[in-house]
Amino acid sequence: MTTTVAGPAGRTGKNDPARPGPPAREQGRGRRRRGILGENPIGVLLSAPYIAFIALVFAYPIVFAVWMSFHDYFFAAPGAQVDRPFVGFENYVAVLSDPKVWQSFYNVGVFLVINVPLTVVISILLATALNRVVHAKTFFRVSYYVPYVTASVAVVAVWMFLFAKNGLINQILGPLAPNPSWLVNSALAMPTIAFFVTWKGMGFYILLYLAALQNIPKELYESVSMDGGGRVRQFFSVTVPGVRPATLLVVLLSTITGANLFTEPYLLTGGGGPNGASATPVLLIYQKGIQQGNPDVAAAIGVMLIIMVLALAAIQRKFVGGEES
Amino acid sequence: MRRRILTLAAVAAGALALTACGGGGGSAGEGMDSKGDITIWYSNNEAEIEWGKQMVEAWNADHPDEQIKAQEIPAGKSSEEVIGAAITAGNAPCLVFNTSPAAVPGFQKQGGLVNLSDFEDGDSYITERSGDIAEQYRSEDGGFYQFPWKSNPVMIFYNKALFQQAGLDPENPKLSTYDEFLETARTISQSGVAPFAINPAPTSEFFQSWFDFYPLYAAQTGGTQLVEDGAATFNSEDGATVADFWRTLYDEGLAGREQYQGDAFADAYAAMAIVGPWAISVYEDVDWGAVPVPTENGTDPAETWTFSDAKNVGMFSACENKGTAWDVLKFATSEDQDGKWLESTGQMPLRQNLTETYPDYFSANAAYEQFGDQASRTVEVPNVQNSVEIWQTFRDGYSKSVIFGEEDVSAFLQDAADKIDSLASGS
Repeated sequence: MTTTVAGPAGRTGKNDPARPGPPAREQGRGRRRRGILGENPIGVLLSAPYIAFIALVFAYPIVFAVWMSFHDYFFAAPGAQVDRPFVGFENYVAVLSDPKVWQSFYNVGVFLVINVPLTVVISILLATALNRVVHAKTFFRVSYYVPYVTASVAVVAVWMFLFAKNGLINQILGPLAPNPSWLVNSALAMPTIAFFVTWKGMGFYILLYLAALQNIPKELYESVSMDGGGRVRQFFSVTVPGVRPATLLVVLLSTITGANLFTEPYLLTGGGGPNGASATPVLLIYQKGIQQGNPDVAAAIGVMLIIMVLALAAIQRKFVGGEES
Repeated sequence: MRRRILTLAAVAAGALALTACGGGGGSAGEGMDSKGDITIWYSNNEAEIEWGKQMVEAWNADHPDEQIKAQEIPAGKSSEEVIGAAITAGNAPCLVFNTSPAAVPGFQKQGGLVNLSDFEDGDSYITERSGDIAEQYRSEDGGFYQFPWKSNPVMIFYNKALFQQAGLDPENPKLSTYDEFLETARTISQSGVAPFAINPAPTSEFFQSWFDFYPLYAAQTGGTQLVEDGAATFNSEDGATVADFWRTLYDEGLAGREQYQGDAFADAYAAMAIVGPWAISVYEDVDWGAVPVPTENGTDPAETWTFSDAKNVGMFSACENKGTAWDVLKFATSEDQDGKWLESTGQMPLRQNLTETYPDYFSANAAYEQFGDQASRTVEVPNVQNSVEIWQTFRDGYSKSVIFGEEDVSAFLQDAADKIDSLASGS
C-alpha cells in the first residue's frame, strides 16, 4: 500500500496564486519598474531626511567608534600631522586584559540583577494600585514622577546624607548598620546605587505600565471575577499577561539605562570607589576617552558594551516575550 | 528596499567616518611673529577674575591694535576637558591662564600647544623668571610647552580653636614627624572635637593623590617626583613609609573613608587639611595655622618639600597672533603683574627669590610668608606621556590598599610601579 501525504494541490509551486505575495505577472511588472530607488521612489525621497538624520546621528558615530577601536586613534588639533595606524585587535586585547574593565562589567551585572527585576515588580505593582486610585490621582502620579525629572546631582546629596556613616539609615539600623558604611562598602556600594536608580526612574516606568493597563479590557477582569478569582488571581491572570509588551519595554529600557550608568556612581561614590566597586564601563569610557586621551581604547569598551546590551536584549526578548505577545 | 536603504546609510556613514580621519598641515609653529587681537581664558575663581580684568585693561589701554578679548574658561566638568575639546575643535584661545601641568603632555600630543622655546627669548625669559624650578616644566623634547606661572605649595592647615579644645598647643602643634602627627590626630579623635583629624578626599579621581600621598612623598624624599627618568620612583622604602603612614590614619579612623560634601576643614568636620594658600580666602571664618607636611623623622621647615599644585599658562596652536600672545604672556608675568597677582589672590607666582622680590607684601601678610618660602621647594607632577593615566593607575591602587585596606601596601607599590613603568615608556 502506498501512503500519500495529501497536501493542497499546487501549493508549492512558484506561480501558485494562493502563495502570499503579488501574482507572478504583477511581480514581473514590478521588477521591470524597479529602479535604483526601488518601487516607491517618492517614498524613498520623503524618507531621505530621516535616513540622513539616522546616518549622521546614529550610524556615523557607531561606525566611527568601530573604526577608532581598530586604530591607534587620539583627538588632535585641526591641521596637526598625526599618524593613526591600523592596530587590529590591539585595543580589544588591552581592554580584555584590563581587570578594571572586567570588574566594571561585573558591577553593571550586579546592578542589573538588582535594578531590572526590582523596577519591573515595583512599577507594575504601583501602577496597578495607582490605576485603582480614585481620589488625588494626579498627586500620586506626579509624586512618583518627580524624582525621574529631577537631575541626579540635585537629589544625590540627599541619598549621601541618608546612607552616610552617621546618616539616617544607619541611625535607624543602630548596631545592624554595616561597617564600612553603604557607599564605601565594596559589597554594598553597587546595590545602594541600584536602589537609588530604581527609586529615581520608577515614575517613568509606572507611566508606561499605566498606559498599558488602559488597554486591558475590563471584561477580562469581570470574567475572572465571575469565575471566583480575587484580586491576586486577576493580577496574575489578566494584568501581568496584559501588560507583557510594556514589561518587555521596561526590561529593555532599564537594561539600557543600567548599561549606560555613569552619573549616579560618579556622584555617589566619587569616581568608581570604593576600590572600583562601583566603576561602570561608561565611567571607564569617560576616563580613558576624555580624561586620559585614549579614545581608541574607550571605543573598544563602547563596542563591547553595545554587543553586551544587544545580547541581553535578545535574551530578554526570548524570555519576556516579543511582538507576538 | 529596506536592505538597500540600510546599505546606503552604512556606506554613507562609513565614508563620513573615513573622511573625518584626514588631517592637514601643522600650525603650531606658524605665525610666531604675527600681531593682532587675541583671546584669552582665565579661571572662574573670583580673585583670579579680578586680577585678569585689571591685567587686560592695562594691556588694552596701551595696545589699541592688539586688543585682548578675555573670558572665564567655559563651564565644564574640568578645565582640562574643556581645553582638550577646544583643541580638537580648533577653537582654543591663544592663552589659557589655568593650564594643569598634568594635562600638558596630552595637549602636546594633540598638537594643541605652541612650544614657547621657539620664541627667540622664550627659554631665557622662563628660566630667568622661575630659576631652576622651571626645569620641571620642560617637556621630553627639551621645549617649554607651558609657561610656569603660579603655585599653591600645599601645607598642613590646622584649626587652632579645635586644637585648643583638644588640649593641644595651637601655636606649636606637634605635627613634624609621623609619630607626632599620629599622636596629635589620636588626641583630636579621642577628644571628639571633630569627626576626623584630617579628611583628604578619599575618592578615586586621578588628581586626589596630589593632596594626600604626593606632598608627603615629596617631603620624605626631599623632592622626588612620582616618575623620574621614565620609571616609577615610589616603590621604595620612602614610598612604603608614606603609604603606611596614611594607611594607619585610615585604619584607626583618624581620616575619613567617606566623601564629605563641602569643605571638611572650613566646616570643622576635620581639624586639619592639606591645601595651598588659594584656600585661605575660603577659611576666613577659621582661626587657622599652617605647618609643612610631616616626614617620618621630621625635617627642618626650611628644607621640607611639598607638591606645588601649580597652574600654568598654555599658548595654543589655534592662535593666529602668536607674537601678540607671547608679548601678553610676558606682560602678564612681569614683576609688576606678578605683584598684583600676589595681592589679589595670595597665590605664589613661580618666580625665583619671591619673598625678596615682594618684601612689602610678605611683611604685611605674615601668614603668606611661609608659603612664599615653601614655593621654592615644590615638586611638580612628572611631565611625561600618559600622565593622567599614570595618576589614575596610582590612585586606583592607593584606594584599594591604603584607603580601604584590601591589599598589602608592598603589593600595591609593586603592582602600580610595574604598570606605571610601562605607561611612562609609552606602552
